[in-house]
Amino acid sequence: MSDELIERLSRDLKPVPRLAVARRLAIGLGVGAVVSAVLTRATLGFRPDMTEAMGEAMFWVKLAYTAAIAGLGCWIVERLARPAGDARRRTIWLLLPFAAVAMLAAWQLMQAAPGERMHKIMGGSADACPWCVLLFATPPMLGLVWAVRGLAPTRLRLTGAMLGLAAGGAGAAAYALHCDEMTAPFLAVWYTLGILGAGAIGALVGPRALRW
Amino acid sequence: MPTDPDLNALFLAGLDGDARAYARLLHALRPRLQAFFARRIGRDAGEVEDLVQETLIAIHTKRATFDRSQPFGAWLFAIARYKLVDHFRRTGRRAQASLDDAGELAVADESAASDARADVARGLAVLSPRTRELVQGVKLDGTPVAELAARTGLSEGAVKVAVHRGVARMAAALRGVPASKDAPPGGSPDE
Repeated sequence: MSDELIERLSRDLKPVPRLAVARRLAIGLGVGAVVSAVLTRATLGFRPDMTEAMGEAMFWVKLAYTAAIAGLGCWIVERLARPAGDARRRTIWLLLPFAAVAMLAAWQLMQAAPGERMHKIMGGSADACPWCVLLFATPPMLGLVWAVRGLAPTRLRLTGAMLGLAAGGAGAAAYALHCDEMTAPFLAVWYTLGILGAGAIGALVGPRALRW
Repeated sequence: MPTDPDLNALFLAGLDGDARAYARLLHALRPRLQAFFARRIGRDAGEVEDLVQETLIAIHTKRATFDRSQPFGAWLFAIARYKLVDHFRRTGRRAQASLDDAGELAVADESAASDARADVARGLAVLSPRTRELVQGVKLDGTPVAELAARTGLSEGAVKVAVHRGVARMAAALRGVPASKDAPPGGSPDE
């Protein structure tokens, strides 16, 4: 029985490309992110002042923050999706964007007049932002689940959480093309909330969705 | 089971497309996996054979997830352990046997064994000092039950019951908390 199986498995054996895992994850995240950007454009529309906004640092800070979380999350999953893969060191790096934006937000709040602080945090779309981030995180979430299902994570909840954070980052980056909030406190609170929500959903579905 | 450092090389050759090396590797793994699963789920040959085949298939379909800079033994043990825990989850049986070290799968590397050692240490930590002493004595040091009974003033039966319950508690604790390596959430596939 096993002999037959072994014969069958080793027949037509194809070489495995070295970057197979990274490539698969990049496809899942990349396709998902593009779909999210297209969805943002089709439903909410890109911000009308895009050209001016691109001249402002805060526009790029938002994209850098969200893209960094997406990239680092994916980089962590690249380890977690392997049996016996140890991602502890990589996980520490993920704290970097969160810490950087939190510090920038604190600095901006300290600079602001006391009466303006609340507005810097709440902006005009605080109630919609985390939900939109969650919504636009769905395509990259599906893409990454597809990718990881073809791999072999053994810590399904942790892998799901990291995959969710990565998807949240990608969804937030897509939503940032629509959102015209330009303060770090807003970014640090509401974007982060949406991204963490996506991470929680990932942790919730991981044990079922990622089983192999 | 003697260690065989060649398995690493055979697997790497297989990854590069060498079908003969790959078949040799799978043939060499088969008895090891059989011993690994038999020791943990008992003597039901059908069940063991199913798990062996499932694991061989997983090794094959998931071979791209092997990190060439890492030891093959750790990767193999992680897959076998995943399949074992998955089996326990499906059949609703207790996973106490999975606490054992990876002896049968020893492929000349330390990490699998140190993983298992970490698991055992973590499991022991949840026990009361008295129970820990008994479990450690009987299961790890191989001290005769009679000797432990004399030392602790318990009856032999009481020692056996305490050890049995202690091992069950360790298994429950290990299933409830994340496996040794990464930080907070996650863990065994049944989580």
